[in-house]
Amino acid sequence: MNLRSVLLSIAVVLLALPGAAQTPLIADLSEHQIQITTGFVGTDVLLFGTVAPDSDVVVVVRGPEEEAAVWRKGRYAGIWINERRVTFQRVPSFFAVRSSAPLVVIASEITRKRHGMGAEFLRLRSAEEGLSETDFATFRTALIRNKRRQGLFASSGDEIAFLGGQLFRTRLHFPANVPTGFYDVEVFMLQEGRVVHAQTTPLIVRKAGLGADIYYFAHNFSAIYGLIAVALAVAAGALAAFVFRKN
Amino acid sequence: MNIYLPIAEISVNVFLLLGMGGAVGFLSGLFGVGGGFLMTPLLIFIGVSPAVAVATEANQIVASSVSGVLAHWRRGNVDFRMGFVLLVGGTLGSMFGVWLFTVLRSVGQLDLVITLCYVIFLGIVGGLMFMESSRALFRQRRHSDTRSKLHQHHWMHGLPFKIRFRKSKLYISALLPIMIGFLVGVLAAIMGVSGGFIMVPAMIYLLGMPTSVVVGTSLFQIIFVTATVTFLQASQNQTVDALLALILLTGGVIGAQIGTRAGTRLRGEQLRILLALMVLAVCGKLAFDLVSTPDDLFAIGAATGH
Repeated sequence: MNLRSVLLSIAVVLLALPGAAQTPLIADLSEHQIQITTGFVGTDVLLFGTVAPDSDVVVVVRGPEEEAAVWRKGRYAGIWINERRVTFQRVPSFFAVRSSAPLVVIASEITRKRHGMGAEFLRLRSAEEGLSETDFATFRTALIRNKRRQGLFASSGDEIAFLGGQLFRTRLHFPANVPTGFYDVEVFMLQEGRVVHAQTTPLIVRKAGLGADIYYFAHNFSAIYGLIAVALAVAAGALAAFVFRKN
Repeated sequence: MNIYLPIAEISVNVFLLLGMGGAVGFLSGLFGVGGGFLMTPLLIFIGVSPAVAVATEANQIVASSVSGVLAHWRRGNVDFRMGFVLLVGGTLGSMFGVWLFTVLRSVGQLDLVITLCYVIFLGIVGGLMFMESSRALFRQRRHSDTRSKLHQHHWMHGLPFKIRFRKSKLYISALLPIMIGFLVGVLAAIMGVSGGFIMVPAMIYLLGMPTSVVVGTSLFQIIFVTATVTFLQASQNQTVDALLALILLTGGVIGAQIGTRAGTRLRGEQLRILLALMVLAVCGKLAFDLVSTPDDLFAIGAATGH
C-alpha cells in the first residue's frame, strides 16, 4: 500500500464522478486481501472515498461470525476455577467501528442500533437454557470486554478524516491475531442522524506463504506432519551433538 | 524481528524465543531434565495457548534429549536395558495421557488441570529433593564414616518379573520401572514436560540407581516418550507447532550442550539443590497464580470441544 497508488485511486474515483447527485457515496479499500505471512505483525488498510457535501461517514468492519464461549471463574478452596460457561452464537470474530465525528452526535440511537454501529448493538444470542437477563447481560459485557482486550473489537470513533468537504479517508488497523476469513466493510453516509446511503466492500484475510502451507499440512496430513516434526527434532538434536563434539 | 507462528496463530519475537530456548536448554543439559517444566509455563506466559504449548514442547524436548543423550552415551552413562523397560510403561502412559488431554480440553478444565499438576508434582518433588540433597550435603561436610547399606529392602523387592540391570548394579522387578515410565508418559502428554523432574528422583531414591547413569538413561527414554506424544498430539489434536519447536530447539540444543559440560564440573548434591530450588520457585509462582484473584473473572475459552 503506497501513498502514490492510493492518491491515484482517489483521483480516479473523483474523475469517475459524473455528478455527485447520482452516486453520492463511493468508497474503496487500498487492499482487498490481507495476507498473513510468516513476518506478519498486523497491518493497516486504508479506506477512502467520497460523499455528498455536509454528510457524515460511519464505517463498520465485521469479521466472519463464530461461536464464542465465555467462562466465569469461581473460587473453590482458595483456587479460581472455571465454573460457568455461556456460549454465544454468531459473534463477529473481528469488529471495528469508525466515524467522522462522535457517533452520538451524528447518528440517532435507532440508526446506531439498526446498523450495529458499536459493540453494544451487536445481536448476540445464546442458546443457554435458564439464563437470566442479568446473567446474560453480564456475560455479554464480559465477552465484549475480553474481545477488546485481545484487540479484536475496536470501537473508537472520531477517526475518519475529511479532505475538503467530500473526500474522506481512514486507516483500519488489523492486529497480528486477526482471524482469517471473509470480512464485510460497511460504509454509511449519514445526514441529519439517518443513513442515506450505504456500501459494502469485501475484505479477505487469509494465511499465505510458508505458514499457510504448514497449517494446511498439519490439518490435512496430521500423521505425516507428526512424523516429520519428530524426525526434524531428532535430526536437529543429532546435528547439535555432532557439531559440539568437534570442539 | 517478529515471526507469525502458523499453529499457535500468534506473532512473537524470534530472539525472545531463541533466548528462551537457550536458557532452558542450558538447564536441561545441566540437570538431565527436559526443561519442559520451565518452557511450557513460559510459552503460556507469552500468549501461546496451553494446548499448543504442551504439544509443541514435547516436540522440542525430543531434540534437546537426543543431543543430551549422545553426550552421555559417549561417556557410557546410559543403561539401555533400564531405558527400554521404562519405555514400555512410557509408551502406554503417553497414549493414556493424550486421550485424557483431549477429554479435559472438551470440558474446559484443561488449563486448570495442567496448572494443578504442575503445582502438585513440582511441590512434592522439589520439596523432597531439597530436603534429601541438603541433608546429603550436610552429611558430607561432617565427613561421617558410617556408610549406609548398599540398598535397603522394601516391599518393592518382593515384586515378580525380576531383571538384572548390570549397568545400574540392580536386580529388581521390571514392574517398578514400568510404573514409573507410565506415570512419566502421562505427565509428558498432559503437562508438556519430559517428566525428568519426577523420573530422576524416582530413579535415584526409589530404584536406587547410581546417580552417574540416571541422567543419561532418563534422557534416553524421554526421547521415545516425547516422540510418541508429539506424534499423537499432532495426529489427534493438531496442536504441534513445528516452526515454534524448531526455533526453540535451535536455542535449546546449543544451550543443552553447554549445560552438559557445565554439569560435569559440579558436584551431585550441589546440582540437586539447585534443581530443587528452581522446581520450588516455578511451583510457587504457579500456586500464587491459582489463588490470587484474576484481573478479569471472565475469559473467552474453547467454544466446543474438539
